[in-house]
Amino acid sequence: MKASYYQAAPLALVLGVFLMLPMAVLVVVSFFDYDSVQIIPGFVLTNYRDVLGSAVTWRTYLSTLRFTAIVWAVTLVVGFWVAFYLAFVVRSRVTQLVLFLVCTIPFLTSNIIRMISWVPFLGREGLLNSLLLRLGLIHAPLEFLLFSDFAVVLAYVHLYTLFMVTPIFNTMMRIDHRLIEAAIDNGARPGQIVAHVVVPLCKPGIAIGSIFVVTLVMGDFITVRLMSGGQSASVGLMISNQISLLQYPAACANAVVLLAVVLLMIAAILRIVDIRREL
Amino acid sequence: MTFGLVGRMALTAFFCLFVLFLYGPTLTIVVLSFQGPDGGLTFPMNGVSLHWFAHLFEQQAVGDFGGALGRSLLLGLIVMTLTVVISLAAGLAFRRRFAGSGVLFTLTVASLIIPSILVSLGIGLLFNLSGLDPAWYSSALGAQLTWTLPFGLLIMFAVFNRFNRAWEEAALDLGASPWQRFRHVVLPIIGPSVVGVALFGFTLSYDEFARTLLTAGSDNTLPLEIFGMTTNVTTPVLYALGTVTTGLSFLVIAVALIAMAALRRAADRRSG
Repeated sequence: MKASYYQAAPLALVLGVFLMLPMAVLVVVSFFDYDSVQIIPGFVLTNYRDVLGSAVTWRTYLSTLRFTAIVWAVTLVVGFWVAFYLAFVVRSRVTQLVLFLVCTIPFLTSNIIRMISWVPFLGREGLLNSLLLRLGLIHAPLEFLLFSDFAVVLAYVHLYTLFMVTPIFNTMMRIDHRLIEAAIDNGARPGQIVAHVVVPLCKPGIAIGSIFVVTLVMGDFITVRLMSGGQSASVGLMISNQISLLQYPAACANAVVLLAVVLLMIAAILRIVDIRREL
Repeated sequence: MTFGLVGRMALTAFFCLFVLFLYGPTLTIVVLSFQGPDGGLTFPMNGVSLHWFAHLFEQQAVGDFGGALGRSLLLGLIVMTLTVVISLAAGLAFRRRFAGSGVLFTLTVASLIIPSILVSLGIGLLFNLSGLDPAWYSSALGAQLTWTLPFGLLIMFAVFNRFNRAWEEAALDLGASPWQRFRHVVLPIIGPSVVGVALFGFTLSYDEFARTLLTAGSDNTLPLEIFGMTTNVTTPVLYALGTVTTGLSFLVIAVALIAMAALRRAADRRSG
């Protein structure tokens, strides 16, 4: 019992100093006043009034929620079938492990480089445009491929699908194969097995993956900035712009609102699916 | 599962496309980083050369590439060591229920899902308000730990869930001290996973951007330096940089995987 405290103390210390304290600072500073040169300690509600009363905020949230919904749907479908392939089509344990590693390795390399690497592919003179031109499918280069909402969604899917694959794969590996055999014996078609046996049993994994993807996209600023070329908006980007203008109290109020929205979304997911079995 | 030949082939094709999607773009910039001196950011290749790699090491226009790389490698090693020690200790602690274990677990998960820019902003402000100068070895180190520790702890959970306590109890019956039980029984069994935690600790730190942005102070880490370059560098030197840092990540991953396989083989041999 006592040993547990010593063993857990370093973790508690790090999270106390570098997570709880900073979040408390965010909340406190969100009530501070500021002018063009400094932040002024105090208790004012103007920051929240500015954030919630501005049409820009609502538009930005709408745009961020749209990105989140699209990316969630795409990563869910792609992630589910990739996990399904690994769990049910690949037969040997070793192949399963190797292919899972193949999916994981890019996650351990630089996100920024992975975003930049789309440039030669999507650009005006990029691989995709030249291929389509040569095939005669288009007569002028497509302009919307790079620095657009399309590029932003593509990069999100590229970066975050793994966060869906891993938890779904994990739950699929725990499905008792006798359940599937029973379904087959009772005459279920493959589609019915997926819809009525696999998907219901994967719900906790889907929920965990969804929490990851939703929170990553909701809080992102770097992907939107790099891939949209400054044309799309996101809440994270709005906060980062306020930070670069040194409007810290405004940025903090915005951050607290974002945190509340993200926590509400997680609570909603957890209401629909019980993930305790997974933990 | 019997999904018919067509279904299995379709899924295999889908998976292959997914892998191509994951690796294709990176391969493209690796190829393009060998552009000739007159080559541009896209195909066609204008000759083949090491010009842009040489550029990386000699030119001032790239900023402080050497310094940033050195800082990132050192910070990665520090974060790796702390992540391994702290998550291993916490993993051992969580094998028993203790007062506050639920709160600490929730806090760890929160650390993972709170948007990175909030962590970055919060730590940056905390340092400013306390009159401390943010630096890569203090505030950025802490910020990166809030990202690596949850991964470390979740890996340790997965390991200890499958861990058979009978081995430890046998050692206890034979009179082993707590340290001996840990050193000679627990550690050899979980060794490969500890290497996995180390791999996550190093690579996640080495590539971390969002939480480091507002906490690194005046000296940039490599991802911050690369981000700065994306706005003002328009030559393949950017791709050369990408190739070098991705290559380094792959090297670290390969070393870790080989070490994990070797440890597992050694453990298998010992248990006969």
